[in-house]
Amino acid sequence: MNQTTTIQYGDNKGTNSWKFFLSELKPKTKIFTPFNIITAPIILAGLAIIVYRFIYGLESVTNLNQDMPWGIWKAFNVVVGVAMAGGAYVLVFMTHVLHMKKYSPILKVAVLNGLLAYIFYSFALILELGRPLDIFNVIIGNDYGVSSILFLVAWHFMLYILCLMMEFAPSVAEWLNARKWHKVLMTLTLVAVVFGITLSVLHQGGIGGLFMLAQGKVHPLWYNQYMPLMFVIQSVFGGLALVIVIVTICWRIFAYQLDEKTKQAKNPIFVGLSGICALSMFSYFFMHVIIFAHEQNWTYIGTGWGLWYLFEMIPFVVVPMFMFLYGYKLKKINLINIAAVLTLVGIFLNRMNTALIAYNVDAPLRYVPTIWEVIVSISIILIQIWVFRWIVLRMPVLRKSPDWASGGH
Amino acid sequence: MSLDRRTFFKAFGVAGAALALGKTAEAASSSDSDVEFMGVLYDASRCVGCQTCEFACADSHDMEFPEDAPDFGITRRTDHTSRTIVNWHELPDGGEGYSKAQCMHCNEPACYTACLTQALYKTKDGPVIWREDKCMGCRFCMISCPFDVPKTEYGSNNPRIIKCNMCYHKWENDRSEIPACVADCPYDALMFGTRREILDEARRRIIENPDVYHNQIYGEKEAGGTSWLVISPVPIEQIGFNNKIKYKSYPTLTKGFVSSIAPVDLLLPAFLLGVYEATKVRTKNTEEEEI
Repeated sequence: MNQTTTIQYGDNKGTNSWKFFLSELKPKTKIFTPFNIITAPIILAGLAIIVYRFIYGLESVTNLNQDMPWGIWKAFNVVVGVAMAGGAYVLVFMTHVLHMKKYSPILKVAVLNGLLAYIFYSFALILELGRPLDIFNVIIGNDYGVSSILFLVAWHFMLYILCLMMEFAPSVAEWLNARKWHKVLMTLTLVAVVFGITLSVLHQGGIGGLFMLAQGKVHPLWYNQYMPLMFVIQSVFGGLALVIVIVTICWRIFAYQLDEKTKQAKNPIFVGLSGICALSMFSYFFMHVIIFAHEQNWTYIGTGWGLWYLFEMIPFVVVPMFMFLYGYKLKKINLINIAAVLTLVGIFLNRMNTALIAYNVDAPLRYVPTIWEVIVSISIILIQIWVFRWIVLRMPVLRKSPDWASGGH
Repeated sequence: MSLDRRTFFKAFGVAGAALALGKTAEAASSSDSDVEFMGVLYDASRCVGCQTCEFACADSHDMEFPEDAPDFGITRRTDHTSRTIVNWHELPDGGEGYSKAQCMHCNEPACYTACLTQALYKTKDGPVIWREDKCMGCRFCMISCPFDVPKTEYGSNNPRIIKCNMCYHKWENDRSEIPACVADCPYDALMFGTRREILDEARRRIIENPDVYHNQIYGEKEAGGTSWLVISPVPIEQIGFNNKIKYKSYPTLTKGFVSSIAPVDLLLPAFLLGVYEATKVRTKNTEEEEI
């Protein structure tokens, strides 16, 4: 590695790096774009509601009640969101563990998305905690509830965020031109990768496991003893589907950052991912069929819930499964894109049904989120998109790493 | 006899052993395992819906006295202002009946399995209590409880979980005390004792008066058995109890998954490293061949 040449920003002398850092904080694109004008007020409103919630309690902004203790902040931002953040560990497994170099152009996008998703979704989770200050009880061990699945999920969640940070840290080091740090961080990647995948599999399954305790409350069409397994499979194709959507968007908006080779890598990558999605969705669907037959769930099919279940399974699982399959066979990228969106709707429906819509259906009190809850839910995702953009504009996520970084592998 | 307690620890033992070997083993082998769970027998045939228990409960927990009274055919529910509720039911045959609702104090509680800080805690004496200094307010206890017992104060910015604690704060250290509702019940509808005693008493009443009672002890087997038992002159679902609850205890639902966590945490990284090494060698070879 040649250390004396190509000094672009700072040269590790404090003052220059500091100046560089300050200059990086300034906006890099036009401020008054339609996207910014629409999203900024929503984010500000969301932040105001969050402040209000912490002062006056959950009742002041949410419709939570004694029969429906978890609202959309948990059901949508956490339970649904975590499935869709699963792309990070699947792609890390493929590129780092299986050495599939083909997929490495989209790896950093997936990891960054995963990292931000986890950080913001754990924030959403804290929002819904009644006593958020006591969250440290889980960490410092004011009595560990080791038989609790939520304890497993909490710890695996926290540790996985650390792993994702370690996986993404080299990009930050490249941005700051911190070469020594970069070298150290690169050696840690494998550790982060191996433990990150393990932690992912377990907490993805753990979220399904949470609802196993709600036996008799979650409608039988959505309750089964294989929920942890089902949630892990969902995270594979759900995560990849979101990666497909995000990469499609990024390749359009940030096209100027990509070199020709990366640009052309997209379509073959999508075809490959589409094959993985099709097969994992088939195993997911087949599990559903087995459970359906085994639990004799056809008795519910004539009811409204049965139709709602079929509405979830056929247009949003079976149809995208075949679309992925044909997209893979015929190399049709548009078909793959549409299938990815349908898949995401399917994951959304399934997890919202489990956690909210088909939960405690016989209870006297039902739950419909307030407009304030919806605004907060959306603004959490919007803030995530803003931060994502801020990072992509500055760090080598889509664009190539500086020469000094890629050379010393 | 301490069957309840032993099966209780057996269920948690497997789950906990993976992560807290020492702790579980110590608990299971200590002399505490000879302590029997205390419980309460509620006899719906003796209850007249006088609401004394509600007032006694509010008094014992320094809460506001109830403002509404049981009304014919109206279902009242426990919430953050009341830990116990009496209801006046209209029966399918046109008759009337009463019921008292509160925490059932399961032998192997779903809420205790759910709680990640052991804020909801099954004490060695039987009551399931909530401990304020541990709780982080995730409300997973409310999600998991098959009896819909834990309630929370949504209006507060530091909400508590409100549920019956069998007045454990009164009798934990002073065994001359008994739960307030039991002490004040003017019609002897409630009986406090070890679970074995009250189970025997429930059986005796049903056997001696087969015409009076419906042959079911609610809580003997439901959710793996509860420390609170109910006997009734009519089928239990007619006076507002959930009779669809399975006999299997709730910890067993997640035991398999929880006990698989530690092995997966240990074995999967090793496996992944192996795959990493195996595939790495192969790519090196192919690269060399290509060159």
